[in-house]
Amino acid sequence: MWESFWFEFINFYFIPGLVLGCIYALGAIGITLTFGILRFANFAHGEIMMTSSYLTWEFVLVASSFGLILHPIIGAIPASICAIILALIVDRLFYKPFRNSPTIMIVIASFGMMLIIRSMVQVIWGPNQITFVKGIAKPNPIIKDFTSSFDIMLLIPNKHIFILLGTIIIMLIFNYLLSSTKIGKGMRAVSDNPNLAEVSGINVENIVKATWVVGGFCAAAAGVFLAMDTQFIESTMGFRMLLPMFAAAILGGIGRPFGAVAGGLIIGLAEELSAYPWLGDGPVISPGYKSGVAFSIMVIMLIFRPSGLFRGRVF
Amino acid sequence: MNSDKILSINNLIAGYGETEILHNVSIEVHTNEIVSIIGPNGAGKSTILKAILGTLDIKSGEIFLLENKITGIKPSDIVRKGVGYVPQTDNVFVSLSVHENLEMGAWTIETNLKEKFEELYNLFPDLKDKRNQLAGQLSGGQRQMVAMAKALILNAKVLLLDEPTAGLSPKYRGEIFATIQRINKSGLPVLMVEQNAKQALQISHRGYVLVDGSNRYTGTGQDLSSDPDVALMFLGSRG
Amino acid sequence: MEIFLGYFLYAMSLLTVGGIYALLALGLNVQWGFAGLFNAGVAGFAAIGAYTYALLTTAKSQFHFGGLELPLIVGDIMAMIFAGIVATIIGLICIRLRADYLAIATIGIAEIIKLILKNETDITNGPRGINKIPRTWEHFTEERFYSNFPMNFISNPKGWEVFFDSIPKWWWQPFFACTILTIVIIIYFLLEKLRVSPWGRMMTAIRENENAAAAAGKNVTKRRIEAFILGAVIMGLAGAFLGQHLRLIEPTQTFDPSKMTFLVWVMLIAGGSGNNKGAILGAFLIWFVWSSSELVTNGFIEILATMFDSVDISILKNRAGFIRMLFIGLLLQLILQRFPKGILPEKRPAISGKSQKYAG
Repeated sequence: MWESFWFEFINFYFIPGLVLGCIYALGAIGITLTFGILRFANFAHGEIMMTSSYLTWEFVLVASSFGLILHPIIGAIPASICAIILALIVDRLFYKPFRNSPTIMIVIASFGMMLIIRSMVQVIWGPNQITFVKGIAKPNPIIKDFTSSFDIMLLIPNKHIFILLGTIIIMLIFNYLLSSTKIGKGMRAVSDNPNLAEVSGINVENIVKATWVVGGFCAAAAGVFLAMDTQFIESTMGFRMLLPMFAAAILGGIGRPFGAVAGGLIIGLAEELSAYPWLGDGPVISPGYKSGVAFSIMVIMLIFRPSGLFRGRVF
Repeated sequence: MNSDKILSINNLIAGYGETEILHNVSIEVHTNEIVSIIGPNGAGKSTILKAILGTLDIKSGEIFLLENKITGIKPSDIVRKGVGYVPQTDNVFVSLSVHENLEMGAWTIETNLKEKFEELYNLFPDLKDKRNQLAGQLSGGQRQMVAMAKALILNAKVLLLDEPTAGLSPKYRGEIFATIQRINKSGLPVLMVEQNAKQALQISHRGYVLVDGSNRYTGTGQDLSSDPDVALMFLGSRG
Repeated sequence: MEIFLGYFLYAMSLLTVGGIYALLALGLNVQWGFAGLFNAGVAGFAAIGAYTYALLTTAKSQFHFGGLELPLIVGDIMAMIFAGIVATIIGLICIRLRADYLAIATIGIAEIIKLILKNETDITNGPRGINKIPRTWEHFTEERFYSNFPMNFISNPKGWEVFFDSIPKWWWQPFFACTILTIVIIIYFLLEKLRVSPWGRMMTAIRENENAAAAAGKNVTKRRIEAFILGAVIMGLAGAFLGQHLRLIEPTQTFDPSKMTFLVWVMLIAGGSGNNKGAILGAFLIWFVWSSSELVTNGFIEILATMFDSVDISILKNRAGFIRMLFIGLLLQLILQRFPKGILPEKRPAISGKSQKYAG
């Protein structure tokens, strides 16, 4: 018999933490890329995530009016294209004019974009929560039966399988992009040393565009995965993700995409595991303060090791 | 116009924003030459290279690469026109492998890279075995080699080196100077800024002495090394 | 006559809230305009001020800590002190880091403050908030004030009751507005004095060239923390007055971290960062634009409704606030790109972006 401790721990804390971590990781990739390549903290990143989850919902809704019942993953494809276009337009109109200004100007601009995009979504879809997927997610029966025959019963709903597999696939593609393509190596180079990149003849503007494409796509994936996980969407969901994503990027080391992934997983797990009754009966940290976990980790990193776990850049 | 001028700077006045650093600088680099710029700290030696590269605010004066004026265009375009530049510090991408660093140098080239890489690895045999190592793990001298190789890959018409031996041990210093001579022998003019004035002048065809943002003395490497004024100012103390 | 009274009272409330925002903008100007510190948690500091004031001055309540029924002025002062203490802690941790990190950290602090206010229900009454916060001047009409010292020294409670019944109910409104405006003016003059003092000149030097200032033996970090604390203290005071103005405060809507902070930023940048007069001007101007845009959008929706009977205006009405926010956001982008120095630019040479980028 699988001890009840492990059963509870794995199924109700570890796997949800891993899922949340995947979502943070995908979001943090965009944050760390823009931080590394464009050298600014993009406050509007969470809003791109949020917008793409609304767009996905809208696409699924429109399709259903034609009788097509789409899985959100299918709806996410056009939504992620829209998210990429949105990111590119925002960059062109609101960030590019400040490329040669002190970076804080772009930070302010992105702070403004955060509100603009959110207001736009609120005008179009209203401020209230919308149900993204109906019903209670049941554990996948095949995995349940299969694992329970080994005495380790895993209760994983399909949505979590989609999120975990989806994240792994995106990571593999991302890894290939960064390590084996010219544009990906260029992104690493600009992130490593932008002045040298410029005097090496690298076309930095193209790299910037590529950054928005990759960041926008990962944000869209993170947004849709988050909506699949929580099963609802609301206009503040992007903002709520912002702090954990920043924390993940800083934890992993700014400009280190795989650091951001590790950071995202750590923060996601830390948030979920903080609710586990490690000491006695109640959760270690009351659930109301769950979102403070990411912030605490971030502050500790900023005090003791601002370069992050993987020796990123410190500005 | 003298056809054998590769790079010429005419009466350049430049600086950062309001601050003027170069007051009046004129420098020429001819075919197959090694030219050194020496001078005391703060004279604006490295600033000249940055001005050539277009990362400085130029107030007046012109810079020509062959017959083309290169003042007022983007640094990345200047590089693409054939100015190879090796900054003094942070001159390699530390988180990229040696080979990837070279690939970044070759950003705009689409074809014939393999041959070019082989050619460079022959010029810098040390790097061949380390091609898959991260540049950040190399020694200072090896990094300098990577930086030079990276600058050469674009079929540069002239190579600018900013204090290539700064912070290196004497052993590596000699090796770097030897490499510079080797590069030069292959037909590439070199313009370098050096702190180790005596050694630099030994391998240079010509030299410029820069004081307070304008060039004071000009002469062949030999002449300058033996010039008592110059010797008194820079060479004596460095032995 | 009625209608004029309506306009008058509307004007008073505009001046009151405009003045509170002017205080916030002045506080932010000390941090950003003087010291170049990016604070994205303005709402957090205002919330600390408002809650401190509320808990100290409200009547005893079974729902939250206290209230301690302290004199209002004590509440105001403690609001400033508390905001200052929190700013000191944040400052010690984050100020060494670059502006972006401070922005992230301060936005985080604002969130944490919100979490604490929401979750520590024993102290703050959680999401239900604190009610009946005494408002300066109006508080005289409350029984617990007029039946106690010093008011009972002048007249007995009965007499006060009769007196307050005999004067118009809104009597306190102009007084309250004038009090806030007076404080704005006092703080303005103090900050102007500070700006031309050696401390202020040092701040400018640090902001324009940190390395040079540090090389000249100035303790850059300490100066910046001082500026951060001073700004937060002013924000805390503004928060105390916001609490008074609203009388009911709660953690999420009142101090919406992004909206409130954002509005203050728009005000400062529109008015001219680095210029105290600009901060005040920007605050009133943007507040008027913000308030009148409510009238404009509402009017526009009404017209739309009379023109097309079939249009369901309830949805539009619900969302009018977001259209205004969108508008303010675009306004900020326009100002940033076209008039980055604001209406009243700072009178000292600004940092040159290019030299920053390539220096070193």
